[in-house]
Amino acid sequence: MPIIGNGALADCGAIPAKSKADATAGLTRSPSVSRKLQIANRKWIYMSAITNDLNSTVRRPSKPVTTLPSVTVRFAGDSGDGMQLAGTQFTDTSALFGNDISTLPDFPAEIRAPAGTLAGVSGFQIHFSSTDIYTPGDDLDALVAMNPAALKTNLRSLKSGGILMVNEDAFAAADLRKAGYDISPLEDASLGGYRLIRVPINKLTAAAAKDSGLGAKDIDRCKNMFALGLVYWLYGRPLEPTLQYIEQKFAKKPAVAGANALALKAGYHFGETAELFSEQYQVPKAKLPPGNYRKITGNEATALGMIAASKLADKQLVYCSYPITPASDILHQLSAAKNFNVITFQAEDEIAAIGAAIGAGFGGALGATGTSGPGIALKSEAIGLAVMTELPVVIVDVQRGGPSTGLPTKTEQSDLLQVLFGRNGECPVPVIAAASPADCFAAVIEAFTIATKYMTPVIFLSDGYVANGAEPWLVPDVSKLARITIAHPTEKNSDKGFMPYQRDENLARPWALPGTPGLEHRIGGLEKQDVTGNVNYEPANHEHMVRLRAAKVAGIQPAGPGMLHTGPDQGDVLLIGWGGTHGAIKAATLELQQQGVRASACHLRYLNPLPRELGQLIKNFKHVLIPELNLGQLRMLLRDRYLVDAKGLNKVKGQPFTIHEIVEGAQALLHGNVSAYEVNAPTNDVVPAGPPGATID
Amino acid sequence: MSLPPTQPLTVLKPADFASDQEVRWCPGCGDYAILAQMKKVCAKLGMDRSKTVFVSGIGCSSRFPYYMNTYGFHSIHGRAPTFATGLKLARPDLNVWMVTGDGDALSIGGNHFMHLVRRNVDIKVLLFNNRIYGLTKGQYSPTSEHGKKTKSTPMGAPEYPIRPISIAIGAEASFAARAIDVDMKHLEYVLERAAAHKGTAFVEIYQNCNIFNDGAYDYAVDKSTRSDNVVYLEHGKPLIFGKENSKGIRLHALTPEVVDTKIVSADDLLIHDEKAPEPSLAFLLSRMRYPDFPEPLGVFRAVDHEAYGDTVRQQNRDAIAGQGEGDLQSLLNGEETWSVS
Repeated sequence: MPIIGNGALADCGAIPAKSKADATAGLTRSPSVSRKLQIANRKWIYMSAITNDLNSTVRRPSKPVTTLPSVTVRFAGDSGDGMQLAGTQFTDTSALFGNDISTLPDFPAEIRAPAGTLAGVSGFQIHFSSTDIYTPGDDLDALVAMNPAALKTNLRSLKSGGILMVNEDAFAAADLRKAGYDISPLEDASLGGYRLIRVPINKLTAAAAKDSGLGAKDIDRCKNMFALGLVYWLYGRPLEPTLQYIEQKFAKKPAVAGANALALKAGYHFGETAELFSEQYQVPKAKLPPGNYRKITGNEATALGMIAASKLADKQLVYCSYPITPASDILHQLSAAKNFNVITFQAEDEIAAIGAAIGAGFGGALGATGTSGPGIALKSEAIGLAVMTELPVVIVDVQRGGPSTGLPTKTEQSDLLQVLFGRNGECPVPVIAAASPADCFAAVIEAFTIATKYMTPVIFLSDGYVANGAEPWLVPDVSKLARITIAHPTEKNSDKGFMPYQRDENLARPWALPGTPGLEHRIGGLEKQDVTGNVNYEPANHEHMVRLRAAKVAGIQPAGPGMLHTGPDQGDVLLIGWGGTHGAIKAATLELQQQGVRASACHLRYLNPLPRELGQLIKNFKHVLIPELNLGQLRMLLRDRYLVDAKGLNKVKGQPFTIHEIVEGAQALLHGNVSAYEVNAPTNDVVPAGPPGATID
Repeated sequence: MSLPPTQPLTVLKPADFASDQEVRWCPGCGDYAILAQMKKVCAKLGMDRSKTVFVSGIGCSSRFPYYMNTYGFHSIHGRAPTFATGLKLARPDLNVWMVTGDGDALSIGGNHFMHLVRRNVDIKVLLFNNRIYGLTKGQYSPTSEHGKKTKSTPMGAPEYPIRPISIAIGAEASFAARAIDVDMKHLEYVLERAAAHKGTAFVEIYQNCNIFNDGAYDYAVDKSTRSDNVVYLEHGKPLIFGKENSKGIRLHALTPEVVDTKIVSADDLLIHDEKAPEPSLAFLLSRMRYPDFPEPLGVFRAVDHEAYGDTVRQQNRDAIAGQGEGDLQSLLNGEETWSVS
């Protein structure tokens, strides 16, 4: 029998010489990495490691290898099947291997929906590539379906002729019934258009781990590793990163570690030995700009950006939040950063969270709160107080499908108008939206920079897609990050005493901290007299202050790129987007250009104030198309601001755009296939028929 | 963060704690008396104006910070505990006081109030209880009596009132006390006790709204009746009240009863213990209500619990001691990086 656990892993890792040779070829571990992890990126190395490990007497020849520029794979199964873990591991391995990656986790809101049902299907999609990619991929090259429900809900994404790997052990009559199949799709001709590969994953996993010491139920939970191992084989990926992960994760449960490792290796070995596959595929490393990379999700980047901002400003971060999907991971990450002297406060509700963040800001800390759309609704009054008291605070909104509780785990861009206008009174707040998972890092630092420079709350928009999706990130050199300079007054700023609402050249008021002798002052939500900050209800003063607050925000200079531009600055169609649709719009624009269309893209990182150059840019194009995962919120804003007849491409399915959808939308616009506001039928479904004469707007 | 050195020590008078803003409560409002006592206590305790912050919500009482020449934050309705908590978390060096009312703390802000007290944030909370909504001109509040006729309850309030000290004790208050606006000496004593407490110090102050609920506390204020209707709590002393100390409180099983001190000896009376680890006695006292019982004034409960911010900061110190001070570059690199050349 093979050695399991540490012994086996040591075998697999015992290839240092070869790894060092690879290092010179461009793929190395960072010397700063404490965890020793040897990546063997040549197939024969891990192949031999596996075969040795399995004590095989026969070394089988490898099958023919076809090189592909990029591949999209989705693992789909029941929410208890460990698909998110399988997908994350495949992502990590591909990132370490040197591919460009983009991921789309897609899971139900229920922690454990009834097993085997359509509602309980959990999926994880990975696009890995040897070239620059911007999205998790449109259609699937390969789909792993662990049960009939996963097959049913995911099959339509699989390319014609794509690889369809199914766990045939999960296709019993009861399983089929739960998924609504009368006849097993494995038995009729319905899957004839795909390369169907039936694998008895339950049985093979049980056989592989039968001597692990675990019971049948626990062994059954390793079947995600079997599936992962099989996909690793198919795409020539190394096993070591996942073996290392298993070893660490189950360090205290060696039997569990052993069973998982055995299942993983068995899956890999099965690919090699079974006659199901005629060939293997490889996706070479991507040519990324030189530097040190890691994989990062949007929520991770947001948390890291906050800690970085705290260091760059030399201020304590006080992050106050109430748990809410999909923002909670930011709270978890920051709670683990106590050695950076970060304070996290799990508040009793959304209002308390922002109240504490504002209170921390009043005290001189970097106060921040994080939530999703429903939480923003609850925080609105407090955001208004921060506008009135002109205190810095950063409010993170990781958007999800709405209204109300909506689709907690699905992505949407439907909070834009809420964060811009969802408050009482004239209440301007700067809004910055991250363009991608990695962009969250820079964008949240910019949010703190603006908040402290202009003394204002700043709303930072992320979304479920950005927050949970992952991509490679060129890790910045900390010494090269711009400092956030903050000055607190220590002296009175007038002969008459301290004037808390006297303004600087940015129209910002002074951030005078409690504890500073002589600068005692009172602030609050009642209208302020200009300069003195005393309560004042005079008509002229109120109008003056309303206009002053508006002018301050309108005059904000972006702390990073206000917008990202793709293509020439004039042409036939300009695609304008914001937030997590950046990648899909950019890729679609490049494709349109290849099709000969004079198309450009403009991605807004700053939604308030809008980038100054946007108005002129819009005038340079015959058509403006605004793809959004809402019913046209940015479109409404830009039509108002620039009197431009912009058309929308709108989708609210809880899913991101595919590149194809945007290309089609732009083509439809260019061919005149539009209604008053929207490009017609951007996707193949169904707009419910309203009463006669009704329009979307 | 670095702050300038504090001012040279000067002896401040109560008037030095008055801001330049005109006080705009109705003439005759009980709030004036509380403001005067607060300034007096600030001066007496030698508080540093620059390190003292008054935070409030919304309501008549919540205008309080504008009238103190300290730092101040007049926030939004019911949410003062949240701003005060964040401020104290960020700035443990500050002396934070919160001023609230019965509507602000117990109605719209009931949730925050409970959690502030539960966490034992090191903040002094003054709840001005006038049993009415004053700023909105006379609707019933969560402490208004059942059946009370107000503008919004012309046929009488259909709800039962809650008792602020019962709520505070139910939320695990480490300090709970009660005073009356016009009983200056005793109010001063209670404010000093609150100032000295480490953790959330909750003080209910019976406050007369002479416009919308005048005379609500006459039973406890009027010289002819008050000795029968209030009992002053003193740690380790029996509960005795009435003219010439003629009455006492005795515990009969779990129920208090009023007894004649000429018949029942002091040893058999209920002895007040503000430091009792279990809050049952304090809760029992909070339930004593006019006209069946004299209403207790003074410190119901004062026990040592670690303050919230201290625990939070200790965790950070422990993390730094255990893991070393965080290095940003290593954090950004994460556990797994690869380099592209």
